[in-house]
This record gives sequence, structure tokens and C-alpha cells, in this order.
Amino acid sequence: MKHEVIKGQTGTDGGSGFWKSNLRDYGLLGSLLVIMGFFEFLTGGVLLAPVNITNLVLQNSYIVVMALGMLLIIVGGNIDLSVGSIVGFVGAIAATMMVDYKIPWVPVVGLSLVLGGLIGAAQGYFVAFARIPSFIVTLGGMLIFRGLTGNILLGQFVGPFPKDFQSISSGFIPDVLSAPLSDLFGNSFLFGPGFRWTSMLIGVAGAALLIFTSARRWRSEKAHTMETEPFALFVGKNAVFALLIVGLSYLLASYRGLPNVLIIMGVLILLYMFVTTRMTIGRRIYALGGNRMAAQLSGIRTERLIFLTFVNMGVLAGLAGLIVAARLNSATPSAGNSFELDVIAACFIGGASASGGVGKVMGVVIGAFVMGVMNNGMSILGIGIYWQYVVKGFVLLAAVYVDVYQKKTG
Amino acid sequence: MTAIMEMRGISKSFPGVKALRDVNLTVQAGEIHAICGENGAGKSTLMKVLSGVYPHGSYEGEIIYQGAERRFATISDSEHLGIIIIHQELALVPLLSIAENIFLGNEPARMGVIDWGAAFKRTRELLAKVGLNESPNALITNLGVGKQQLVEIAKALAKKVKLLILDEPTASLNESDSDALLDLLLEFKSQGIASILISHKLNELAKVADSITVLRDGTTVETIDCHTEKISEGRIIKSMVGREMSERYPHREPAIGQKLFEIRDWRVEHPLHAGREVIKGVDLHVNRGEILGIAGLMGSGRTELAMSIFGRAYGRNVTGQALMAGREIDLTTIQRAVAAGIAYVTEDRKSLGLILNEDIKHNVTLANLPAIAWRGVIDERREATVAAQYRAKLNIRSSSILQKTLNLSGGNQQKVVLSKWLFAQPQVLILDEPTRGIDVGAKYEIYSIINELAASGKGVIVISSEMPELLGICDRLYVMNEGAFVDEMPASEASQEKIMASIMRQHGTLQ
Repeated sequence: MKHEVIKGQTGTDGGSGFWKSNLRDYGLLGSLLVIMGFFEFLTGGVLLAPVNITNLVLQNSYIVVMALGMLLIIVGGNIDLSVGSIVGFVGAIAATMMVDYKIPWVPVVGLSLVLGGLIGAAQGYFVAFARIPSFIVTLGGMLIFRGLTGNILLGQFVGPFPKDFQSISSGFIPDVLSAPLSDLFGNSFLFGPGFRWTSMLIGVAGAALLIFTSARRWRSEKAHTMETEPFALFVGKNAVFALLIVGLSYLLASYRGLPNVLIIMGVLILLYMFVTTRMTIGRRIYALGGNRMAAQLSGIRTERLIFLTFVNMGVLAGLAGLIVAARLNSATPSAGNSFELDVIAACFIGGASASGGVGKVMGVVIGAFVMGVMNNGMSILGIGIYWQYVVKGFVLLAAVYVDVYQKKTG
Repeated sequence: MTAIMEMRGISKSFPGVKALRDVNLTVQAGEIHAICGENGAGKSTLMKVLSGVYPHGSYEGEIIYQGAERRFATISDSEHLGIIIIHQELALVPLLSIAENIFLGNEPARMGVIDWGAAFKRTRELLAKVGLNESPNALITNLGVGKQQLVEIAKALAKKVKLLILDEPTASLNESDSDALLDLLLEFKSQGIASILISHKLNELAKVADSITVLRDGTTVETIDCHTEKISEGRIIKSMVGREMSERYPHREPAIGQKLFEIRDWRVEHPLHAGREVIKGVDLHVNRGEILGIAGLMGSGRTELAMSIFGRAYGRNVTGQALMAGREIDLTTIQRAVAAGIAYVTEDRKSLGLILNEDIKHNVTLANLPAIAWRGVIDERREATVAAQYRAKLNIRSSSILQKTLNLSGGNQQKVVLSKWLFAQPQVLILDEPTRGIDVGAKYEIYSIINELAASGKGVIVISSEMPELLGICDRLYVMNEGAFVDEMPASEASQEKIMASIMRQHGTLQ
């Protein structure tokens, strides 16, 4: 529409404009909170019980990890259907190396990530350089690696694994503060052995860091007359986020502390936020997905970029394979089955566009947790797996429908 | 004469913007009524209201057509009554045949089974009417833009058109195709079909229009009757921009320096048909501070030449030598061409120039991200500063650097693409149709930017289908035809007739 801006109109309608253009982000976060409240109520408080929150994190970690890679793939204008099979395959290879060949777990982790990267590179080659549509290439990969997993494991469960390897998924960060604090303040609940002060303090520090960095950013944007969100919104949003983080770490601290895998996930989320918003490579991926020809004519090596998004996806799928194997303490032929669907759904619920060029890291993380909370909540309620599929399908459809509808009405 | 169509007091708002304010338009039966106005003046919006793209109720005012008030809810409502709109962007399906396109959604069929015999027969009649000599079986994708335009018109005829609306039909046509199209409009007029013609090209209006309505900033300025009043370009431009345009081209004192960029014996083969030469041994040079023009008809190979120079973005088996300031340079990839100091501003800014979904800031810095980044990390403040500088310098009219380029008018989009390449700090800029589809005021601004670039010692190569434009801004011209340069002349000695003569001469020897 040519007329949306008649010249001379310098409409810096400040608050309302910003609110509108970011409505989706807040809406998504709001939906997650509503869904959580809904299941908290229906499950009679079980959903937010410390033990269940811990479970929720453990169950969702690998979905979040892969959704980060899938976001880049989708933003670049492609899709990867093979990630579930790669999870199974890498898990099977890692298990064989550790159990049958007694290779220590540390090199196995390294080799598994490299293996994931190589698989991604192979698929990326066909998509980027041979120009076969990613849907077809990764559909092939999905079948191939699921088949190979079955052939390696021959219907057997391979395990168990060394304790240290298991602790990737099932371990918690060591608590060094509770004992001395308990000595100091006596043995109440807060200062007893049951409350993990190290985890709590990491959470508080994380919340403080969030407030500090976003305040700095907000001030600098304001100073440079870039468009910023209104002050009240800024304070409100950060307060909600900080409270969520502190609340979450309180809940986790009153069970067994922060899971190791949460730390891995948190570091990766921050890393990918940085890459997508602040680094040239991230910017180029968005440009590639937004308009491939224009990006190419701007001197961007689009093929190489697509290739790299697939390598990256492979490595993250490999990592997810290790996390899943460590959590189950065995490799199974069905590990990772249909994970690709949860991962892709997380991206689209999180606001990624199927035509490429659009999507945010925070969005897909929230999207992944929307899926995770629904899985978890419905399981607690004893809803059958098939009904769960139906519900998740409708939620995915509804989320994208709202997206499209919003875009239409502007 | 009686009015076939009358729009009274039309107002239409979009969120935050009033696009049309109390617009009146009366089209007499059997006349060619032109609508002029700068981009953003509301021409397209008005036509969308008329054709039912914006349904009744979404605008104020009333539409009287054939003596009765009409309330169109969809496009098909207006089509049933013979109001057919042909959009700027052609709405044909590239991989279907001419016949299939003409009868798309309107197939001669019984119980859903298409009667292809009837369809082909009717297609042949329609093609004969528009003067297009192609098989009804030919695929759209194999036709040139000019012929596609004719197919669109044939499609309109198939729907028994009474009021034909053409939105800048000649924007992407060369002169001979444009002339043929205008003749066709005159032919329709003699058959009693009324037309509304939106156009930026004032010489076309002089040729065919019976009356001209001028829109500015969403309001009707005036309606000129071409039979009682002699129209001149100056008269219409003044009415369109609301001020006198004494000069269409900004004044400039050329300061031409040494030879900057040169290509020798440049040969390019068609990307799909190996062995078919598209560019046949072109020698070209441009000096510092010089504005060089490449004239030629559409399809003469100008864009292909430019894109093959720009990192072999077009064609295969590219051979030839390229030199920058006397030293041979490597142009084998786009990255190397950019590094060697070459920029190519595409003729198709929407699909090849911009990431429409991204804001001005991200588009401006895209071709030179390393300049605002350190070890791959973007310095956002620096980026915002750069974007703000170009926004101010090129006068990009927008709410802020965070506005999506999708929502900018054509002229402002073009300025964003120019900014992107200026920021890449090139030595030589190749501008392919830099003013296509943008209004008179913005054109003047683009010319001023081109002048400044030349004044700063860069070499500027301008490709354009509008010969007056080339004559107005260039220092020297090459004339291109069928993949080769057929003539070279200083602009001071050039004229439209001379350029056409060079092209025809070559045609003459071939035929």
C-alpha cells in the first residue's frame, strides 16, 4: 500500500506505535502465562510444584536447544524435518561408543557434536549448493537416520552410561552455600539443607543482570533518539521478567537446585540472541530469508549461509541427542521420534514466518515452553496422548492464524 | 456526452493516514480519461475503491456507474458490470498458456469441463483485436513484458469491458510497445470503450487523453479538458507538484577526469542456452566525474550487460577484461565486484533491491555490514547514525529509520537502495532505470544525487528507457542494440532521433 505514509508525515506516535509493533511479543508471553495459570488451576497446583517445574525444564531442554537452530533454518527460508532422527542416531552412536567401545564420555561428547555437524553439512550441501528443496532433502534425512538408528541398535536399549555423562541431563549444579548458611542461621526451611542457596543466588544475579543490561540499552536508545518503548512498559516488562526468573529459581532451589541442562540452555539462548540481533551473520540470515535475490545482489554469499545454518542445526541436534540419551540413560530406537514436529511447532508458535526472514529467539523459546507446558499439563491431567496431539494441533493453528490475521489488519 | 461513471466525494482512510479526501472524478462515455499525480497522491487507492478492491463501506462517498449508484463488495462485482482494472504488476500466471490465462476463472465450460476448442477460437479473436501475433498455447513466461501487457488487455476484452482502467501500463514498456498500446486505447475509444489511464509520462497524455484529472495529496486539484485547453508538460507538472518546475533536470558543471573503469571485449552467454551470446563483445569505459548513459530498447541487453559486470550475476561463460584505474580487476563474484568498487542499483527495486520486510536502517547497511561491525558484532549506534545520515542526506521521507521499506513510496524506496550502495563506497555506480515508476519531484532529487556522485569523482553509468532523461543528465551515451554497442556520442550532440536512427540502421542491415 503506497499510501500508508503520505510524505511530510513524520508520525512518531511513540508509545502506541511501539506498543502495536511489539504486540505480538507481549501477547505470546501473555498466552504462556495464561496457559500456565490454566493448568496450575486444573492440576490443583501440581504444575508449579518445584519437582514438576524441574521436570518441565528437563523435558523441554532439548526442544529449546533444537528450536534455536530451527529458527535460523526457518528464518533463512528452509525447514529441517530430520532433527528427530538425528537425535536418535547421534544418541545411538554415542551410546555404542561409550558402552560397547568403552570410550570415555568427554571425547564421545565432542565426537557426537562433530557427527551432528557433519550430518548437517551433508544435508546443507544438497540444499544450498545442489539446490534441492530442504523439505525433500531433510525428509530423506529423516528416513535415512531413523533407519540407521534402528540398524545400529537392532531393537536393543544400549546403556547404562557413566554417572558423569548422565549428569548432563539429570545433574544439578553443586550447592556450596547452603551448609555454611545453615550453620550461621540455624536450621529453618530457607536455611536448611533442602534449600539450594547457590541456585537461588544465581537466579537473583541473572535477574539483576537482565535489569542492568536492558536499562543500559534503553538509556542509550533514548539518548540516540531511536524508537524506544515507553517507560512504564519498559519497567513493567522487565519487572515481570525479573520476577519470573527469581520465582523460577526459588522453585528450583527448593527442590534440587538449577539443573545442569538449564545452564546449557540458558547460555545457548543468550548466545543465539546475541548472534541473531547483534552479529553480521545473524543479520545476513534475516536478509537472506527476507529476499534471497536482493541479499545475493548485496554481496551476501547466500549458499554458504544456508549451508552454515544446516551445519549449526546438525550440531544442536547432536547436542539434543546427547541430552536425550543422558536423560533416558540409554539409547533407544525410538528416541527423538517426532521431535521435529514439536521443534517446528515451537518456532511457528513463537512467531517465525514460514516464508522466511521473520522470527525471534525469545519468541521460539516461549513457543517451546507453550508446547512444553501443554504436554506436561495434559499428561498430569491424564489426557490421552492422542487427544494431546489434537489439542497441540489446534493451538499451533490458532497461533499462526492470529499472526496472519494481525498482519492483515495491520 | 453523458457520464458513464461518476465518483462523488470519495474519502478513504488507512490507520493514521487519510489517503483520499473528498475526491470527485467523472468519466464520460467513450473517452480516455487520464489521472496524474505524484506517487502517494492517491491514484491507485482511488482505482481500488472504484474496482471494489476496497469494498463499499470502507470508504465514504458514492459511485454512480451507468446511471445507478453501485456498491461493489468485491472485484467480481465491478467486473460483472464491465469495469476491468489492469494493475501495474501484471496478474498473469507465468506457467500457464495465453488461452488459460485469458479465461482463468471465466472458462467456457459445461459442468466444469472446459471447452478448449471454444477457448482457443475466442483467444485467437481476442489476440487479433489487440494485435498480438502469438499462439494461444504459448506460455506467458516466454513472452516479453509488452506482450504480457497485451494479454492482460485481451483478458479484459474477454470480460466484455466497458470501462478499462490501466495503472501505469507503459511503465515497463519500450517506446514502440508503448505506442502500440496507446494506439490500441484509441482504437477502443472508437468502439465506445472508456478508459482510465494512470500515467507519469506526460507525452502519452498529450497523445491520447481527452481529459486529465490531477490528484495531489489525496485531493482532486482540477480536471483539464484537453479539447478546450492546450495542455503542456509545464502546466500539468505545476498542477501535480503544486509549484512551478522550471527545470526537469538539475544544473551541473561536468568536471570529467581520467579514465576510471573499463571493460574490453565483454562477452556473455545466455544462462540457460549455452553458446547463445547475449552480450557480443562490448567495449565500455567511464571516466571520473562522468555520467555515462546506455540507451537502447528493452531487451537490447543493457541489464544483462550490467549484471554480468556486477560479479557475473547474470549469464555464463563471461569473458573479457575489466580494469579499474588501469589495473585489471577480478569480477568473478559479487563480493569481488563490490570489493573492486562496483555497485549495481537494480531496475527492480522491490524484488532485487530491498528486503521489504526490514526497516530502512537494516537495508541501508546491508551491502557493507563490516563497516559498522567489529569482529562480526554490529555496532548498533553506529548503524543508526549511518542510516540517519543517509535518510537526511537523500531526503528519504519516512517516519523514522525504523520504518519498513515496504511502506515507502517508490521514490523513497529507490533512495534507500541508493543509500545502500552509497554506503558501500563504490568507485563506479551502475544505475539501472533509476527513476522507473517514480514521480517528477522524486526524479529531480535522484538526478541531483547522481550529479553529486559525479562531482565527487565517481563514475556513474545510467541505463534508462526514457531517452529525454539520458539526454538531460548524461555527458556521453552508448547506444546498445541486440547485445552490442552500435553507436557512441557525446550527449551534447545526441537527440532522440539520432539514437533511434542508430538502432534502426542496425536493424536495417539485418533485415
